[in-house]
Amino acid sequence: MMGLYKKYSGKLKYKGKIRNVILAAVLFTIALVTLFPIYYMAISSFGAPTEAGGASYSLIPKHFTLDSYKFFFSFSTYSFRWLLNSLLVASVVTISNVIFATLAGYAFAKLRFPGCKVFFFVLLVAMMVPYQVTQVPLYILIVNVLKIQDTYMALVAPTLVTCYNVFLAKQFFTSLPTSIIESAKIEGCSQPMIVWKIVVPLSKTILSVMAIMTFLGEWNTFFWPFLVCNSESMQTIQVGLKNFSFANTTYFAPMMAGATISALPMFILFFSLQKYFLEGVTVGAVKG
Amino acid sequence: MKKEAMWAYVFILVPLCTFIVFTLYPVISAAVISFQKYKPLGSEWVGLDNYINTFKNGLFYKALKNTLVYSIITVPVSMLLSFMISIMILPFRKKLQSVFKAAFYLPAIASGVALSFVWKWIYDPLPSGLLNNVVKMFGLSNQNWLGSQKTAMLSLIIMAVFAGLGQNVIIYTAALLGIDSTYYEAADIDGATFFQKVRYVVWPIVKPTTVFLTITGVINGFQSFQNAYLMTGGGPDNATTMAGLLIFNRAFTYFEYGEACAQALILAAIIAVFAVLQFKLSSGDVEY
Repeated sequence: MMGLYKKYSGKLKYKGKIRNVILAAVLFTIALVTLFPIYYMAISSFGAPTEAGGASYSLIPKHFTLDSYKFFFSFSTYSFRWLLNSLLVASVVTISNVIFATLAGYAFAKLRFPGCKVFFFVLLVAMMVPYQVTQVPLYILIVNVLKIQDTYMALVAPTLVTCYNVFLAKQFFTSLPTSIIESAKIEGCSQPMIVWKIVVPLSKTILSVMAIMTFLGEWNTFFWPFLVCNSESMQTIQVGLKNFSFANTTYFAPMMAGATISALPMFILFFSLQKYFLEGVTVGAVKG
Repeated sequence: MKKEAMWAYVFILVPLCTFIVFTLYPVISAAVISFQKYKPLGSEWVGLDNYINTFKNGLFYKALKNTLVYSIITVPVSMLLSFMISIMILPFRKKLQSVFKAAFYLPAIASGVALSFVWKWIYDPLPSGLLNNVVKMFGLSNQNWLGSQKTAMLSLIIMAVFAGLGQNVIIYTAALLGIDSTYYEAADIDGATFFQKVRYVVWPIVKPTTVFLTITGVINGFQSFQNAYLMTGGGPDNATTMAGLLIFNRAFTYFEYGEACAQALILAAIIAVFAVLQFKLSSGDVEY
């Protein structure tokens, strides 16, 4: 077996071991740096909920207290609701994306219809449009024309189905064998049944990846809810966190308590579904 | 056949409607608004004024320059670092690889709002700030990291590099694991050293991945907004005002919707050039 790295054997085996220890040490050091902000977020959430003056920071808290968590929930009458809002918005967006991207992706991948190529091309171009171009008209549409600011509809509507997810689904479904679909059709299976009984079971992985990445993205979205929700009751957790920061001071520990609460479900999801998360990053980026 | 086409239209109906209402209409609307002085009740047609104002505005060029500097440093540094990390991860067992990948990717899962406040603390200008403590060990003096024109942009870049590392590492690792061992065998027979193998075998093979990461990185960099908005607000003296923030401020601080749209379209044109470049450079060997 040969590879990029030299394989040591016999008496020289220790050389390989030393090499690996050095590599591990370097990687471990970098990991310390990348993980540090998260560590600090969690650790400072157990600090006292005072307004943060610069000098009060420490890497290891002197005493653990849950006061900042209490402060977080009593800071606003809507603190808990911010979490519920995020959960609701992210769930709805995820479910609708999976359903509609699956249907449309299947249509683009396996069905022939007039305009198929044109529609798909438009979809591709739409993915390239920077969000800055659409943000002002979207804002005007939601706030001035439809007058639905501060509603769930405003939070959810623009991302009900994203072009990216349709594209992802199409790319994957194209690789499914057409013969299975053909034979199902001959057996008299209707198109919705083909999607439900054949395409979905064969694509569970990619659909899970899509669901997870969409949920994660939506849960962490700051910009759009920040723009269309002025009332505290309709804010999502990411926007709510910003309420802890004022012009001159920040309620740092309570904010970190809120951040930790909001990150916890994501971290649990990540560690139980790591494979899907990491796969989600590579989907579309690497061949094979 | 006819039935199939009918189902296809049913399947793409919802995505198509969302696309028309929330992408196509806003894009066209942005183009129209860019020639207007927007008013809620009847906008005023001003021709090319918004574009002329934009091109006459020194801040616009400064923002473009900042955006360029930010992207041109962040993207290569992040890629070089993640390429080296991916190479170093390679000799370990799958389990350990996953541990490292998770450690690098975790910041992408935590709330961006929370992390930006943690980083703000890291960059705290007081001597008690974490980074100031670190540089003190190297005998350097106290810095006002986010508040000084010299270091503000650098600070944002460092943060972006560490936050974006995980994604690139995962994509590179996937590409590296896909390399056929026969290439290494051939190189071994020719007596290639480790670094020669990296240079002449690995690097050319992962070139499509590198191109992909470069282009998506630059496109993302050009659209970046959140960190600058939350951490520096574009300051000091607009040293960190990037295109995304400039457009946001035009629209939602000064309510100059027309000019914001004009600027966004110019940004879109610049990004489009990069997208075309992607097709040219990759010449078909990048799938995304």
